[in-house]
Amino acid sequence: MSERQAIEAAPAARRAKDTAFRLALMACLGLSILLLGVLLYDVVKDGAGHLDWHFVSSFTSISADKAGAQAAIWGTIWLMGICAVFIVPVGVATAIYLEEYADNDRWYNRLIEVNIQNLAAVPSIVYGILGLAFLVRGPLSLGNTVLAGGLTLGLLVLPVVIISGREAIRAVPPSIREGSMALGATQWQTIWRQVLPASIPGIATGVILALSRAIGETAPLIVVGAATVIAFNPEGLDSQFTALPIQIFNWIQRASNDVNDYRPLAAAAILLLMIMLILMNSIAIWLRNRYEQKW
Amino acid sequence: MERVTEPQDRQEEEQERGLSQRIGVRQDATAGAPAVDGPATVPRGPREAIFGLEEVQVSYGPKPAVRGVNFDIGKNEITALIGPSGCGKSTLIRCLNRMNDLIPGARVEGKVLYHGQDLYGAQVDAVEVRKRIGMVFQKPNPFPKSIYDNIAFGPRVLGMKGSMDEIVERALTQGALWEEVKDRLKTNAFGMSGGQQQRLCIARCLAVNPDVILMDEPCSALDPISTGKIEDLMMELKQDYSIVIVTHNMQQAARVSDKTAFFTVELDDEEHRSGRVVEFDDTEKIFTNPADSRTEAYVTGKVGE
Repeated sequence: MSERQAIEAAPAARRAKDTAFRLALMACLGLSILLLGVLLYDVVKDGAGHLDWHFVSSFTSISADKAGAQAAIWGTIWLMGICAVFIVPVGVATAIYLEEYADNDRWYNRLIEVNIQNLAAVPSIVYGILGLAFLVRGPLSLGNTVLAGGLTLGLLVLPVVIISGREAIRAVPPSIREGSMALGATQWQTIWRQVLPASIPGIATGVILALSRAIGETAPLIVVGAATVIAFNPEGLDSQFTALPIQIFNWIQRASNDVNDYRPLAAAAILLLMIMLILMNSIAIWLRNRYEQKW
Repeated sequence: MERVTEPQDRQEEEQERGLSQRIGVRQDATAGAPAVDGPATVPRGPREAIFGLEEVQVSYGPKPAVRGVNFDIGKNEITALIGPSGCGKSTLIRCLNRMNDLIPGARVEGKVLYHGQDLYGAQVDAVEVRKRIGMVFQKPNPFPKSIYDNIAFGPRVLGMKGSMDEIVERALTQGALWEEVKDRLKTNAFGMSGGQQQRLCIARCLAVNPDVILMDEPCSALDPISTGKIEDLMMELKQDYSIVIVTHNMQQAARVSDKTAFFTVELDDEEHRSGRVVEFDDTEKIFTNPADSRTEAYVTGKVGE
């Protein structure tokens, strides 16, 4: 075969394989989108009609017509607030230690590192049991309070914050640290005034993604004793609480009949949860694009 | 040669000034120290020494990266460290302000005297050392902040007294950058050209009033015009500061420096590379009449890098 002919056209069989592979990939993508679409359609069809001011501003009730999700919404907001206040300082401090101070040649630092990776993959129910044993009862004895719930969720997502925080800190080039140290700044001044400000967008993104995982968690909250039917908002850290996923679970669980159909309520609460999630993820994406440092 | 032409540097003007005087060996090099023949000799003239290096050896692992370093670095002089890649020039310059402390496993033996005080003495604080001995790096490393905040960072962390605006203006003027940036002090330093960024890094270093400025291949990422500006700047700065520069560019060493140390790489029986000083002398002598044949081969370009 001459060189001229060689570059002309690939054999039909090779091109067919190429096309088939591309179609297979698109089919996989299409399947995921289809499933998501069906789910969304179903939830919107059932719940959109109920998602109004009455739903947001009323407490739950035996009567489906009167029931709303106010206690659950406020419960979720409280949980997220407590969770954030806990995970930001602890997670960032841990990430700073592991990236800036820890000597990776030491076995205990490597052990910590491996364990944090593993903790991120531990099932959430296990954290629920941890929260029950150490926060609700046991040493801290906080009881079935919103504080115990928020801290349990915090423990659950802490590894996510630490790992993303480490990545953000590692993305700050060593030359910045060298430049700062060469001016006579101490290691702490270098971290506080150079490394942290430069990694805040990445850290914030990690925190928001961690919170958006925590917001949908149900199992650990059930274990630490979130109340399912309460008609009041949390008033302090020691209040009892419920949360949106718990409320959804509760409504689905209840026996619906012709008079009282709780399923549309559950769908509306799911929509609400999804809206909150989309908002949080949008903020994370916006933060990343707006403040990301190009080195 | 590692000069890379960066297109964004074209905006810089006033190029020709001083170009001719930078080419070739400077004829007015101070020849204070008596020339001593033989390798790794230590000319100790009447000049005042900032650094005294005695049998300095630096290792990153079990074996030395550079060893057998013996020479004095004089006040208000520019001392150039030249030699092929891997000869330990950068390693050595990083010991002079204890930047090697940041590298795990780095070890310095022998004596590094700074105004007669052992820099690695037990009571010496590395942070205090770096306040006095500034450093400019190979690649410009401005902080991701405004031009103003880049300069103000050092004075702020050191708690320097006085008007910050004045400190910033003085440093930028000394760094030959004030005229170019005075109208955009609040803009991000990343918007500057490579050459401007490097002068910003020099100005940043000047803002904390150091005693010595160490420059580790400061022009290797810059085009010849930016390089020329930095060389002019160095000539001015040496009135007030002592400068040590690592360079791969022999013409640069010849143009700007008063003293030159030539390093070479030696292989031991196990193929481990370590650097050592072959010759230290007045720059003029190193480039015109070196004592060692290896120096001659290197500076005349008979051996490649």
